[in-house]
Amino acid sequence: MLRYVIKRILLLIPVLLGISFFVFMVLHLFTTDPAALMLGQHATNEQVAALREELGLNDPVWVQFFRFLSDLVQGDFGRSLMTRAPVLDEIFSRFPATVELALAAIFIAAIVGITVGVVSAVKQYSVFDYFSMIGALLGVSMPIFWLGLMMIVLFSLKLHWLPVSGRIDIGMEPVHITGLYIMDSILTRDWESLKSALLHIIMPATALASYSMAIIARMTRSTMLEVIRQDYIRTARAKGLKETVVTYRHALRNALIPVITVIGLQMGVLMGGAVLTETVFSWPGIGSRLVDAILASDYPMVQGSIIFIATVFVVVNLVVDLLYAWLDPRIKYS
Amino acid sequence: MDNLLLNVEDLKTHFFLDDGVVPAVDGVSFHLRKGETLAVVGESGSGKSITSLSIMRLVPAPPGRIVGGRITFAGEDLLAKSEKEMRDVRGNRISMIFQEPMTSLNPVYRVGDQIAESLVLHKRMKKKEALEQAVEMLRLTGIPSPEKRVRDFPHQMSGGMRQRVMIAMALCCQPELLIADEPTTALDVTIQAQILELMQELQRQMNTSIILITHDLAVVAEVADRAVVMYCGKVVEEAPVAELFENPLHPYTRGLLNSIPRLDENVDRLFMIDGVVPNMLRLPPGCAFAPRCPEAREHCRETAPRLTRVAPGRLVSCLLVEGGAA
Ligand SMILES: Nc1ncnc2c1ncn2[C@@H]1O[C@H](COP(=O)(O)OP(=O)(O)OP(=O)(O)O)[C@@H](O)[C@H]1O
Ligand SMILES: [Mg+2]
Repeated sequence: MLRYVIKRILLLIPVLLGISFFVFMVLHLFTTDPAALMLGQHATNEQVAALREELGLNDPVWVQFFRFLSDLVQGDFGRSLMTRAPVLDEIFSRFPATVELALAAIFIAAIVGITVGVVSAVKQYSVFDYFSMIGALLGVSMPIFWLGLMMIVLFSLKLHWLPVSGRIDIGMEPVHITGLYIMDSILTRDWESLKSALLHIIMPATALASYSMAIIARMTRSTMLEVIRQDYIRTARAKGLKETVVTYRHALRNALIPVITVIGLQMGVLMGGAVLTETVFSWPGIGSRLVDAILASDYPMVQGSIIFIATVFVVVNLVVDLLYAWLDPRIKYS
Repeated sequence: MDNLLLNVEDLKTHFFLDDGVVPAVDGVSFHLRKGETLAVVGESGSGKSITSLSIMRLVPAPPGRIVGGRITFAGEDLLAKSEKEMRDVRGNRISMIFQEPMTSLNPVYRVGDQIAESLVLHKRMKKKEALEQAVEMLRLTGIPSPEKRVRDFPHQMSGGMRQRVMIAMALCCQPELLIADEPTTALDVTIQAQILELMQELQRQMNTSIILITHDLAVVAEVADRAVVMYCGKVVEEAPVAELFENPLHPYTRGLLNSIPRLDENVDRLFMIDGVVPNMLRLPPGCAFAPRCPEAREHCRETAPRLTRVAPGRLVSCLLVEGGAA
């Protein structure tokens, strides 16, 4: 198992190299001159040319790429053109918000999706089954930003149940431990902050979760239906086990194996969805920062954010694969 | 019969499908004594498995349902039991082994845990104690180094080994009745013989009664005391095994006996009675076997025969047998 883990980690290196290369090239080919951007509209051509020379923008592309890469390896993502702060610092200050949102979303998506899927399968063709599968169809086809706006209109503007935007009420931020407000407020037993954080996160997390929730519910339902017809389920019943034990101990554990993969893949979808969700709900994460950076042509920030998000995505997938290997003993660690 | 263990009377289990009702089991009666081995034979689709699932009250529902009859087990009416009461019977007093050892064990749990689960459930054992007992059961079924194999997952074992695990699981609570639904069909011939021997050996040790479902008459000859022959959801003949082989009364039984395969033949093509099993949705009005029966007369196609006692311990359902008239 350990050898398998090490092998998988080593395999990350070429993947990350590829990602960096791709992001670098795309931005290199399609962005306006960063030197001109940095100097603003009133700069003279000479000034721009001097800065280009200084930044090494006149070197061959591959030289620039390797310089960029060696900086990356040393943790130097460059500086934001907008704020002049190191890109990595910006990312790290924004990252906990995105993680918190994505975790909340995947938590909601997994819990609700799996529960709905199991009940739909066990009560196949029931009213519950029909309604939940119609709901799943809606969840898959509804654009996040539209759903998010509708939720804001209903729950914030009409009913006044939930705050329109932001992560927490101003001044309520809990003591910084992990950077995840929910976690930190629980750790410091700061229940007021916890309440505020939960009220803020519930809408964006649900909006972000909707698509994944629907996918997970459908996947769970179909694999459960598949598993319930297996011979070993008949064996479990013939043992005299209760139907709930048969469903949860014997069927669900098997049905979860493919569902876990789907949940892992959804983590990637969530990362993408987070960009939109964060924008709709003014959630102060990497996604909304990325959008700001794109609008301002802040290319080091765009580059850094994308590479960072892609890295997280790849690492999450690795963790999911390892989890999968642990859940399904038939998978060989080689 | 004071040592009667199981009595099935006029059992009817039907499947209610969109295009009609399949009478998978239609008026089946037989009995079983303590310590006895009863074989149930018949072609594919004759209702053998559904009969045994009916006894366990595990008929897939919907579409299946037990619509009539009585099943008495150790003096208790199984069909009157609640689902909760049935759970105390299943795996504890009546156990089942299935045809497909490769898929009948849960792939994500260790075999030891799967055996122990029954013991924890029915014998209220602690997990540790149950695992020790699981090792003993595996030892009893002749699995080498059982203290290691309990920690195996099913995919690490061969088909024969897995069937031994199934047997260990079925017998760990010392059931009064073991229903073995084609326990050896999926295994190769030498393993088949070992598994049958093992079942007989454990039967002697535990005084278990066995219902052995098979379409292999060679197996019947070897291990069973009595046999019930089924066709299209009905019992067509019942007899002590020796007499059945010596003097089969029903033309269908004779057909089966004539088609016992030689060793060099493909095992899948066991029966070579002419014609095919009729569509269960549209059974002929008379004897269901008449369309394929070489001896059928005109009235066989019109009148359904009834299972009738023609000699002590011998029952047959055929209009052509003397005394077997409807
Ligand atoms: N789930 C089901 N739905 C509909 N019909 C069924 C179902 N299960 C069984 N049947 C019907 O019941 C009849 C008897 O099936 P059963 O499985 O008892 O046959 P069998 O004698 O065990 O055959 P085999 O030797 O192939 O195992 C079959 O003709 C089949 O059409
Ligand atoms: Mg069968």
